[in-house]
Amino acid sequence: MEPTGPDAAPAWQLRRLNGRDVLVLAGDWIAQSGRIPEFPANALAGVAGGQAVALDVAGLGRWDSGLIEFLWDAERTATSAGIAIDSATLPASARTLLGLLPDRLAEPRPVTRRGFRPLNWLGGKTIALLSELGVLSMLLAMTAQGGVLAVAGRARMRAVDLLGNIRDAGPSALIIVSVVNFLIGAILAFVGAVQLRKFAADVYVANLVGLALVREMSAVMTAIVMAGRTGGAYAARIATMQGNEEIDALQVIGIPVADYILLPSILALVFTMPFLYLYGCLVGMLGGFTVSIAMLNITPAGYLLQTLDAVPLDQFVFGFLKCIAFAVLIGVTSCRIGLKAGRSAADVGVAATRAVVIGIVGVIALDAIFAVIADVVGI
Amino acid sequence: MTDPRLHDPGENPLLSVRDVTLAFGPKVIQHDLSFDVRRGSIFAVMGGSGCGKSTVLKSMIGLLRPALGSISVDGEDYWAGTEARRTEIGRRFGVLFQSGALWSALTVGENVALPLQMFTKLDEAAVSRVVRLKLGLVGMEDAIDQLPSELSGGMRKRAGLARALALDPDVLFFDEPSAGLDPITSSRLDDLILNLRDGLGATIVIVSHELPSLFAIADDGVFLDAQTRTAIAHGSPLSLRDTSPDPQVEAFMRRERPEALTAGKVP
Repeated sequence: MEPTGPDAAPAWQLRRLNGRDVLVLAGDWIAQSGRIPEFPANALAGVAGGQAVALDVAGLGRWDSGLIEFLWDAERTATSAGIAIDSATLPASARTLLGLLPDRLAEPRPVTRRGFRPLNWLGGKTIALLSELGVLSMLLAMTAQGGVLAVAGRARMRAVDLLGNIRDAGPSALIIVSVVNFLIGAILAFVGAVQLRKFAADVYVANLVGLALVREMSAVMTAIVMAGRTGGAYAARIATMQGNEEIDALQVIGIPVADYILLPSILALVFTMPFLYLYGCLVGMLGGFTVSIAMLNITPAGYLLQTLDAVPLDQFVFGFLKCIAFAVLIGVTSCRIGLKAGRSAADVGVAATRAVVIGIVGVIALDAIFAVIADVVGI
Repeated sequence: MTDPRLHDPGENPLLSVRDVTLAFGPKVIQHDLSFDVRRGSIFAVMGGSGCGKSTVLKSMIGLLRPALGSISVDGEDYWAGTEARRTEIGRRFGVLFQSGALWSALTVGENVALPLQMFTKLDEAAVSRVVRLKLGLVGMEDAIDQLPSELSGGMRKRAGLARALALDPDVLFFDEPSAGLDPITSSRLDDLILNLRDGLGATIVIVSHELPSLFAIADDGVFLDAQTRTAIAHGSPLSLRDTSPDPQVEAFMRRERPEALTAGKVP
């Protein structure tokens, strides 16, 4: 090894010796020192074309790829000027590395920047949206068909897949659904209690909590939890399967993706969500009950009776049906996003995020539509 | 070796593995492994599928602590030091993973630039020059702005190699470099590995069972056995093929099934 003193700065010079141009290199050329000079594009201007430039490496100290970096620069400059560099004096290893490098770089591809064309953009977006809607409805139809076949016992869906999906979507979500709904019930009771106490209408807290939960809050909150928990998981799982070519394998063997992956996933959501909603209603009422008993002048029996009185059964039916719609929405969109995803790790992340965002926004938008329908129908 | 950057070649080995046992919990993968990797050599870790070659590589690059024994780099026990020290030593390593393991969210150029940005004080212009050089060495300078998902398997490997070269490593580890490549691409990669060894003066450790590429490039090695779970032969692939006393090693190296030699046993 060369003496390991402090690095001498890399230096170069183009000299004319005995009628030949010589590139003299001296000092230590270490890439990570950050001192590797650039070879100026006009450095070879004084050299006559068609001549070879010799290298003098007598003063060269330690070197690594930093030297190659500089020499490659020089070589490319020389090549474009029609000058050769005679590398015979270089150490053999440096010659080997230089031999691996191309003499010239390809011209960078010109970036075609198209101007902003609003009509074009709008048209493209519209077509994309329409075709996406088409694909979604096709998926929906396929799932519905599969569901009907499954009920008739003729689907190619395996019961074990459906049960596994139901377990993941339902019982495993009980704790988070409980926590969210209990707190929502308690918060509703708090807000209601503060206002209603002013009118000595304490007992109507039960009406407020019961109606709000059964009509809106429990269904929406449960759906948001499921969109984040199960929808995101579906999208990530299907996107990863896509990346591992598992989807391709299914198709080659002839197992329809719709039967094997989509149907159990979506059906699991459709089966579990309404029951999670009913459970959420009960837990939420328990939350409201707890706060009311602690804060208000009301007996437990009074609260229960008032609740039973305030919430008619058809409200439950309405919430139940809403939940089925939410489940279909979350299931179909998240599966579709997973199927559409690219094949890299980054794409899986994008798919999961998109599924959650679209799930949550979609649930709230759909809920607004239901609110309008309910108003028109008069429920 | 005549390269001036390799001091006292063959005297003290660069990597030294002593009595190493590798295990996942109670499951022993390999036991009592001992071998040295000389400076400037291309060292092959050979063996059949499932014998634990890749696990041995993992323990050498710092991903799996050996259950017993020591692995030394330049005489320093790699696994005895702190994690910070291990990271410091690890910066002298470059690893090419089996399918490139490029970070999929970054372009090829950014993949090579990341270690330089994290571990060197080079400014942006210097980083981009180094990136271009390393990509040029593996013949990928045109793919600098492409994403890994747009590359073929062979290109991904070369880009992974450029990333492994980013910090001018002393030791390059290759996990199954020819897996999934056609014979031509694979032999080009072999040439590239040889050229890089000669040019950079790096030491190379290669895990492989591809006989043609082992014969072409490796000059030393160790043969791991899946049954006895330890090393059963040492030496270059060519010498193992021609002069191994162990019939099993010889059979592997000649691509014959062991039952042709020992007769009777169904594998």
